[in-house]
This record gives sequence, structure tokens and C-alpha cells, in this order.
Amino acid sequence: MCGIVGLFLKDQALGPQLGALVTKMLVGMSDRGPDSAGIAIYRRPAPPGTAKLTLAHAAPDFAWRALAVELGAALSAPVALEARASHAVLLVPGDAARARGWLAANAPGVRVTSFGERIEIFKETGRPADVAARFALPAMEGTHAVGHTRMATESAVTTEHSHPFSTGPDLCLVHNGSLSNHNRLREWLRRRGVVFSTDNDSEVAAGYLAWRLGEGATLHEALAAALTDLDGFYTFAVGTRDGFAVLRDPFACKPAVLAETDGWVAMASEFRSIADLPGADRATVFEPKPGRVYAWSHAG
Amino acid sequence: MTTVDLERATVRELNAALHALAGGGDAWRVLHPKGKHAIAAGLRVPVSVRIEGHVGYYCAGMNQRAEVTVDGHAGTGLAENIMSGVVRVTGNASQAAAASGHGGLVVIEGDASSRCAIGIKGVDVVVGGSAGHMSAFMAQAGRLVVCGDAGPDLGDSIYEAEIFVGGAVARLGSDCVEKEMTPELEKEIAALLERAGVPAPAGAFRRFGSARRLYHFQVDHSDAY
Repeated sequence: MCGIVGLFLKDQALGPQLGALVTKMLVGMSDRGPDSAGIAIYRRPAPPGTAKLTLAHAAPDFAWRALAVELGAALSAPVALEARASHAVLLVPGDAARARGWLAANAPGVRVTSFGERIEIFKETGRPADVAARFALPAMEGTHAVGHTRMATESAVTTEHSHPFSTGPDLCLVHNGSLSNHNRLREWLRRRGVVFSTDNDSEVAAGYLAWRLGEGATLHEALAAALTDLDGFYTFAVGTRDGFAVLRDPFACKPAVLAETDGWVAMASEFRSIADLPGADRATVFEPKPGRVYAWSHAG
Repeated sequence: MTTVDLERATVRELNAALHALAGGGDAWRVLHPKGKHAIAAGLRVPVSVRIEGHVGYYCAGMNQRAEVTVDGHAGTGLAENIMSGVVRVTGNASQAAAASGHGGLVVIEGDASSRCAIGIKGVDVVVGGSAGHMSAFMAQAGRLVVCGDAGPDLGDSIYEAEIFVGGAVARLGSDCVEKEMTPELEKEIAALLERAGVPAPAGAFRRFGSARRLYHFQVDHSDAY
């Protein structure tokens, strides 16, 4: 069992409250996922000519400042840094590829949890309320977010195995369920250049979507293709730079509920995570149909 | 009228108070359900309970004689194993509504999700909108009436329950077949809809039930095991 949540703001006046609202949603799913929690939040776009990375390290006192200085020297331009508990958000010059390459070669133990223009991913083992507090999530503003509370069944309880998984620029995925063809699909995707960090089944789903999007598919097309290529049980919530999507497998054994008002679209494993959002008592509440792609976008 | 606010009282306190009732009398209002689970489960006396908002899993489970109304959306397992009484949802219901219900009436004014009326054993289930896939799976007795459309694999492995659909059926499940609709049955369904307070659909109801081909082992299938 796991809990997943997603909140997509239609009314940007709610932007300053995004972190506080999504914290409530995440904490509401504590019973479904007490061992780890994570959040992908889309906020403060990187200025033109820069890219944003979120990094994580197991050591609580890791010297992020020193790392940023070394990385800046390697990239011949300053790197802006904001440390947040075991994670740090960096703004690097150019696209993220050079910075990721340098980190992979020179910063053992540093993991890239996300890269892109807007995405930031924070995830840790622990109760969802503790994880949210550690990263000061309630104070974050933004446009949309997806989150996950984990009760592990398929792989170890570690920060690396926590969701959300991100395998492409500004793309993330959270998953409730289990995939049965992930080993074969992981090898198939590796041969096509997708890089995986763990043996987790959900990371394969994220990698699959990143590969499809990289091949030119729209998010809608990539998810529709996933219905054929992914075998197993799943409810996915997916975040992109401007969008948010939900997909359930054709059997739809894993729960999901959607609620929509003029101000927001929210998705959660159970309604109790949505109940405290403003106007939730008057929201249109429905269960997403099996095998149907639901997607929303700010891009219009 | 007794009002219980679930922002102040726990579900356990509410249910204990309802279980302690000797019978009849006062109507109850429940405020701020906020998707909590097992609200008004296990009621055994004729009491009217109105829940003002969206509820979580297993609302009004095992109901006997009580009349429970959810003014909103209901999560998984609404009125699971209902014995008698009436459970009504004004919005949509999640999967497995009325699962294994023995008697009484369950009314979903909106849409029901997958596996609605799974394994029912005598309850009447009326869906004002549409019902999801595998509805009435292995249903033994009772009636499922869907005014809108029914999803794939309707009535899969059904026993002697009866299904009536006003809209389109995506696909029938294994051993579920269309049966003749009679004037008597039309009258019975009209009466049931009236009791449920659900308007009849524009088109005529079609009737579905068991072909009874799965009741006995067939030697022709022995290779499959």
C-alpha cells in the first residue's frame, strides 16, 4: 500500500499556499505510507540560460557550499545554492547535462533527485509530517505538486527508493501499485539510453515516460502507450513543467479519487487527503476511470 | 435532531452512540465527514442518519434497518454487506458499492465505479448514472439496476442475481447473457425506481443474467486445469 497525492492550481492566487496545502494532503496519507515520503513541487522557474537541480546526500552535514564552489569552477560560472536538510537546490549555467556529468564523475554519494526548469524533488524516509517539516514544505509556493507516502512492498526502505522518481527534465512520477514487467522493460530502456539509479519498479515507469517524451510524444500519448507497455497494477500521478496527469491501469485495483473546483484539481488515493483543501466540500468528486488518461496543463 | 460534528467527535464515538440506540426516534445529522472511514457502520435499528459531505471507505457497512444518506461522494465499499434498510448517496460512489449485500436498498444517484454490487446476495442496488467494470461480478441474488451505461465484463460469473441496464453495455462478462424483458419485470423495476427516487431513463431497460454454464464442471474443460 502507498498513498499518492497531486495538486494542480488553476487559480494562481493560491500559489503562495501550495506547499501548505500539499503538506496537508501528504500528511492525510500517513496511514497508507508511514515509512517514507516525498514531494515534487514546481516553482520559481530557473532564469533563462540556467537550469535547476535538486541534489541529495545521506550525510546530514554534507558540505553543499564547497560542492557548489567546485562545480562553479568546473562550469566557469557561479552556481547558486540553497541547502534544505539533506537536499540542496542548485542553479547552474547552461542546461543540466554538464553539471550532471561533473557530479557523476566528481561527487560520489551525491544524487540528483530532479533537474529541469521548475521541478524540485525532496524525499526521505520517515513519517510524512516529519519529512514535510524537515524540508519546510509548508512555506513553499508553486504552481503544482505531486507527492507520495510509501509503504514499501517491492524494494528497500531508503531515500533512494522513495518517490517521486524523476528521469527526465521537469518530469516526475509517483506510483501506487506494483509493476510485473519492470526488469525486462528496464533492460529494454537501458539499451535506449535511459539511466536508472535503483532497482525500483516505479522508476522504470518514470524512465519509460521520459523515453517516450524524449521521442517526441505528448504526455497524453506517452501515458496512452504506457497502457500497452506497462504490465501490473498502478495508479500514477505525473508532473511535467506545465502539467499534471493521472492514469490507472485497466483493472483499477489501486484507489484514486479526483476532485475539481474553479481553483484547483486534486488527486489522492483517498478523499481524506483532499478534504481540507479550500472549497473541497463543494468540489466535484469522481473516481478516474480505468485506462483513461486525465491531464491538465497551464500551457493552454 | 441530534447533530454530531466529526471535527469535534471521533467516528468511533459517533458509531458507539448510534449502536447504543434502542430504536427509532430522532434523526441524526453528521457534519464534516471529510472522507473518514466507516462512518455509520454497523447500525441495527431504524434510525435516519444524514451525512453532510464526502465519506471515505466502508460507510454504512453491515447496515440493518437504518436509513443512511450521504450528501456527497462515497469511497470504496459503501454499504458493504448491507442486511436491510436504505443507504443513499447523492453523488458518485467508489468501487465495490453494496458488496455482498444481503438485503435492503442501496441508491447511488450519480455514477458507481467498478465492481458495483459484487457478490450481492439479495440487496437491490439502483444506480442513477453509470456503473464501472465488473459490476455484479459473481452476484448471487438481488437486483442491480443501472439507469446509464455499464462498463466492461458486466455480470461476470453471475449466479442468480438480475441486472437491468437502461443505457449501453460495454461488454458482458463470462456466462452473462441478455434475457427476455417482460411487462411484469418492467412494472417491478418501475416500482423499484420509484422507491429509490431515481428518474427512469429514456430508453427501455434490458435484462441480463446467468447462462448457468459455469454451475457445473464440464469434462470438456478439464485440460484447462
